[in-house]
Amino acid sequence: MQMNRISLAGLSCLALILAACGGTDKADSKDKITVPKDPFPSTYAPYPNPSVFISNATIIDGTGALIENGSLLIENGKVSAIGKDLTAPGDAKVIDAAGRWVTPGIVDNHSHLGVYPSPGVSAHGDGNEISGPVTAEVWSEHGIWPQDPGFTRALAGGVTALQVLPGSANLFGGRGVTLKNVPSRTVQGMKFPGAPYTLKMACGENPKRVYGYGGGKYPGGTPYSRMGNVAGYRTAWIQAADYKRKWEKYEKEGGDAPMRDLELDTLKGVLDGDILVHMHCYRADEIAQVMDISKEFGYKVTSFHHAVEAYKIADKLAEYGACSSMWADWWGFKMEAYDGIKENIPMVHQAGACAIVHSDSDIGIQRLNQEAAKAWADGRKIGINIPEEEAWQWLSLNPAKSLGIDGKTGSLVPGKMADVVVWSGNPFSVYTKADQVFVDGALMYDRSDAANRPVMDFELGQPGEGDLK
Amino acid sequence: MSMRHIASLIAVAASLALPVLAAPVAIVGGNVWTGTSEGTIPSGIVVIDKGRVVSVSKAGSPVPMEATVIDASGKWVSPGFISAFSRTGIVEVDAEDATDDTSASGSDYSVALDAADGFNPDSTAVAVTRVEGVTRIVVAPEASSNLFAGQGFVADTSGDVDTEILRKAFLLISLGDHGAALAGGSRPAAWAQFRAALDDAGAYPARYFTSNDGTALGRVDAEALGPAARGEQLILIEAHKASDLNAIMDFAAANPDLKIAIVGADEGWRVAPRLARSGIPVIVDAFSNLPASFEQLGATAENASRMMEAGVTVAISHLGDSSHQARLAIQVAGNAVANGMSHDDAMKALTTAPAAIFGLQGLGVIGPGARADIVVWDGDPLEITSNPDVVIIDGDVQSLKTRQTELRDRYLKLDEHNRPLAYVKP
Repeated sequence: MQMNRISLAGLSCLALILAACGGTDKADSKDKITVPKDPFPSTYAPYPNPSVFISNATIIDGTGALIENGSLLIENGKVSAIGKDLTAPGDAKVIDAAGRWVTPGIVDNHSHLGVYPSPGVSAHGDGNEISGPVTAEVWSEHGIWPQDPGFTRALAGGVTALQVLPGSANLFGGRGVTLKNVPSRTVQGMKFPGAPYTLKMACGENPKRVYGYGGGKYPGGTPYSRMGNVAGYRTAWIQAADYKRKWEKYEKEGGDAPMRDLELDTLKGVLDGDILVHMHCYRADEIAQVMDISKEFGYKVTSFHHAVEAYKIADKLAEYGACSSMWADWWGFKMEAYDGIKENIPMVHQAGACAIVHSDSDIGIQRLNQEAAKAWADGRKIGINIPEEEAWQWLSLNPAKSLGIDGKTGSLVPGKMADVVVWSGNPFSVYTKADQVFVDGALMYDRSDAANRPVMDFELGQPGEGDLK
Repeated sequence: MSMRHIASLIAVAASLALPVLAAPVAIVGGNVWTGTSEGTIPSGIVVIDKGRVVSVSKAGSPVPMEATVIDASGKWVSPGFISAFSRTGIVEVDAEDATDDTSASGSDYSVALDAADGFNPDSTAVAVTRVEGVTRIVVAPEASSNLFAGQGFVADTSGDVDTEILRKAFLLISLGDHGAALAGGSRPAAWAQFRAALDDAGAYPARYFTSNDGTALGRVDAEALGPAARGEQLILIEAHKASDLNAIMDFAAANPDLKIAIVGADEGWRVAPRLARSGIPVIVDAFSNLPASFEQLGATAENASRMMEAGVTVAISHLGDSSHQARLAIQVAGNAVANGMSHDDAMKALTTAPAAIFGLQGLGVIGPGARADIVVWDGDPLEITSNPDVVIIDGDVQSLKTRQTELRDRYLKLDEHNRPLAYVKP
């Protein structure tokens, strides 16, 4: 019925008032079917954020600069001023950070918090829709349990924003979502306002192991091999390109609206440039082939994740313009991780490519500063000398770029969100802890004040409730 | 005084063949953490000879004329660290079954499975672990057919194919969630299996004269359980929950002759005073601070320091990925310091504590007569930005080259204009 009505409307449009078709102010256009871009809108708003003046700190500003004995003024949830010779406005709460360091909040662009939460019981395994190799129709936010205690541990580690991705079993795993790391009753209450959607894709061993070799445990069939992986990507992109053409034709000419397809909505979003591709890919040769696939279909991979062999093609990554989201030292758990080295991150950075430290772990996310410090020191040991303040870009600005939120967070530039961590000392030391963590200028974590340490529902009434974790 | 420079020694370290140094070696000028009552000696002098520590002395003490000198000025010197619980060297690539000798769910045997039979000193993880300053690895099999994982061993990380292995250093069993699942589905089933197995061991060999079957164990496993059942071998038990730890302590109290240690113990802090009174040592991962399961609800990063404070013998290990990342035990120990433990206690948790738990005489300390497992660090050993400059095992200076460093060096310059990188041989 509905299709008929639209069809008639389209016909009448053609026959009667051709010039108005596709216009924006006519009744016809209101009847047009559109794909909603934000059906689960963020309800997050910054929490009360009285002005804060942090003084006498060693500040890493996130853009690559270090300010000794510096000050940072936070007003209305934004970075208001940063520098050496600032004076505190009368109404600002003053934090004397003598001996302490201040950095932008850490942004982790690879987390499964909420979708693989603690406790890791079978009822909570909502991170991977393994039912098929192409599940671009699923969205990680629909699997997130906001009561995951892991969010609070990450907050204590200075993480103020994170991308929650679906798992890597599928060629197309589904949409990822970027969150503010604030406790909330709902996922919508965590969603980073204005952050673009992302698409998780995966190379290599996982898809072919899960499907081809699933042994009946999962739906069998393709892909059985890396050849099948690539055929799977290309087949899906061909469908997406066709879907995109149909919608563009409909938007331009009217007529029958194409049947909506959740899977292709997401892929079309990539081809339209609205959705950023984050691709799990370990091996250098596969990364190089994925670059070509993206050129064939006219999209771009924003970041290659894990990228254990990024150091082998750091020059090509720089030329292509993709980030690499890496661990400091994970290796050896499967063949495509066999060539992992400790200097991957500094070598990628040195080649002029975008380097990111990511976690993919509810433990690792708690100390990403330490992971960066290890990589930084291992680079230094072989003569790659990167200032600490430059290396911090691996933790905040570069991941923010990869999520399309670098205009809003990731560095302490006036006007940006005051996502800020006050560290007990140099965050490149194992002994340093996050003392205070601000999200949009609101104090969301204070190590020395239990009232400012969140406790998730699950931990209420359980051993260790409210403990220092 | 014939003082040869450290460079000659580094050259030795870099070469592939590493001869036993005939002459004594003196490590001079470093901040020496001894692990003994001598504490930390600033600008100390450590003399080693024939695989043993000869002397540890203060600055200005004489250095033997013939000694090769390692200049450790501005550096730290520590005993080689001991990975208190790992699977290093028994699996090359986890996802490739043929390279994985950690477990055998299809085997007819359990207690008798001897992890040392699967140890490969050439495993790339051994060298990778060595160059991070870990000179000894305690290696355990993984329980898979019942709660008995089998026999664990202790090896050095030299990578020598004929290196000495301390076999059957302990028996590993899993209680808690893991053991319960393996034993049939519940904690009562696990305890029933454990007790029945001990009965079988006690009844060996008599009851097996006419049959290969016991109540819980077949002949081979019952025989293998004998030393542990007689208190001659350490029983290492995997468990986390406070109630499970109490059950283990009840069992230990009822069986005072048995030697018991616990690995995991995420809720150990809740029963720490009793653990201390029981004299049961623990091996913990101080990263563990999430309610990852219902047996870890009380997990906190302060667990290790709280137990140490209560007087428990605490060794620190990285239980998360103990095959390839056993080296992270050092980072874990540093985090324990960040969460309340003293630096000295964290160092002990990587040295004297595991040596005590596994009865490793002369390891984990730098003192006269100790085995010369020594590491010279470019900074505080527990600091994540520090790395070893020299690693010595039983007096031999070790290579700091690994498959990883060779890959790194091959790709340092991505220049293929003249030849593919396959012709670059670091």
